[in-house]
Amino acid sequence: MTTPALTLPKPTMKKTSRADGATEEASKSRWDEVSVSTLVPKMRTEGLHAYFGQAEVLKGISLKIAEKQVTAVIGPSGCGKSTFVRCLNRMHEVVPGARATGQVLLDTQDIYHGDVDAVRVRRRVGMVFQKPNPFPTMSIRDNVLAGLRLNGERPDDPDAVVEKMLQRVALWDEVKDILGRAGTGLSGGQQQRLCIARSLALEPEVLLMDEPCSALDPIATARVEELIHELRKSYTIVIVTHNMQQAARVANFTAFFYLGKLIEHDRTDVIFTRPKEQRTEDYITGRFG
Amino acid sequence: MLSTYNRRKFTDVFVRSACVVAAVIALIPLISVLYYVTARGIGGINLDFFTELPKPVGEAGGGMANAIVGTLKLVLLACAIGIPPGVLAGVYLAEFGHSRFGKLVRFSADVMSGVPSITVGIFVYSLVVLQTKQFSALAGGIALAVLMLPTVTRTTEELLKLVPESLREAALGLGLPKWRATLRVMLRTAAPGIATGVMLAVARVAGETAPLLFTAFNNRFWSSGLNEPTASLPVNIYTYAVSPYEEWHRQAWAAALVLLLLVLLLNVSARLLVRNRVGAR
Repeated sequence: MTTPALTLPKPTMKKTSRADGATEEASKSRWDEVSVSTLVPKMRTEGLHAYFGQAEVLKGISLKIAEKQVTAVIGPSGCGKSTFVRCLNRMHEVVPGARATGQVLLDTQDIYHGDVDAVRVRRRVGMVFQKPNPFPTMSIRDNVLAGLRLNGERPDDPDAVVEKMLQRVALWDEVKDILGRAGTGLSGGQQQRLCIARSLALEPEVLLMDEPCSALDPIATARVEELIHELRKSYTIVIVTHNMQQAARVANFTAFFYLGKLIEHDRTDVIFTRPKEQRTEDYITGRFG
Repeated sequence: MLSTYNRRKFTDVFVRSACVVAAVIALIPLISVLYYVTARGIGGINLDFFTELPKPVGEAGGGMANAIVGTLKLVLLACAIGIPPGVLAGVYLAEFGHSRFGKLVRFSADVMSGVPSITVGIFVYSLVVLQTKQFSALAGGIALAVLMLPTVTRTTEELLKLVPESLREAALGLGLPKWRATLRVMLRTAAPGIATGVMLAVARVAGETAPLLFTAFNNRFWSSGLNEPTASLPVNIYTYAVSPYEEWHRQAWAAALVLLLLVLLLNVSARLLVRNRVGAR
């Protein structure tokens, strides 16, 4: 397969010259062996509908999530992108009155099948939220171990787990001397990386990120994005973002949602340079949204 | 320009001094109670007061050791009986309180916190004392527990509701079952606040007299176990204060001072407990 040189559209990429140096390099390899028609799905939704009470928020989404790739979900506010990722680990139904129908396959198993325990699904499909939410009663160390400990597991070597996970999110050097301090005392960006470490400690197969940088400043955002670059080697990642530049920087695939429908799903470079749908083009060029 | 500025400045000074005056007025009863009780009570306090049983009328000396122990016993009993259901009911209200039943429970708790304490005494009298045919520490403990229950329930509920919903999401996102997320994350996060609320409820019932009059009754001697009438500081204060003996009046003041200090101790320790927890963060 030929690899097109990445030339992203001027209006969207202009402002991101700071990160260009880093991402351009990474993105050269980003399009190797990926294509939306031949992608290997880790997860797949079929006719997924989601409701809050009477309101239908997702209107039949069928989408493949590529294994060990980053899939970005973009779209204007209220298009259902957050709801979509929350359906991927059955967090949607946690909200009173919320329900979903249709199929969501994780590997080959339908996670909405009656026999499937939502709690088990959430251990395989981890989640990082918009606002960093470390547990305030726990130290940095205990926050990393929280998922294991609160589930009643006792890791053989907790210190090793803590170090490994904090290394993985590139937080170790910053906090290795203050592991006993409260997680809530860290800066926003550090807290978010701590929360990512907390999710990774459970060794999930898929990591869902619901606007993980929207509460962070640009520098912290850059750190988290670098981290996503690292993580996609080992994890399947789905990231919801308001920020189209971010999608362009981190994602292999991008799905554009509008009014509860999937408008277009393709390689990120295709979405941003030659979208097939007029609405996608209108959105990414800033004509609405 | 200048006149507007002057007018604002005057208003500022006026309102601020009004607030200070109001605060001072509010402090007057508190300070004077503290002062008066200390002044009158300090004379009756000596080692005997804490170690001796009451002496018969006419004999000098004697103490209230049995009443001090009795009050502690009643308060501990009330905690053991009242706190667990109160906290669990609070968890229920916070988690499932939107149902009809939840609203009923909340309404009952609110009504219950307004029930006069003497009424609770009569209730426990007919429920426990009449059935067991004796006044007992147990009956007194139950009466105090009933009084604590609504406060503990509503405090727990309110404090659980203050815990950010994002923490529940974090816990559920880590694959915790709902009950574990509730107990080990939500309740754990609210725990310091709940502890303060509980301590304040304890401090309040520690000074209750009316519900003890016909439940724990009184006892001039040591009471063993839970099935005997027991002395307590508030009831002793009442009994001694209405008696015609000068010596007893002196002891009533001393008992009032001890009770005040006990309640103060509970209050302060509750606050310290919370401050330390927060400081550790």
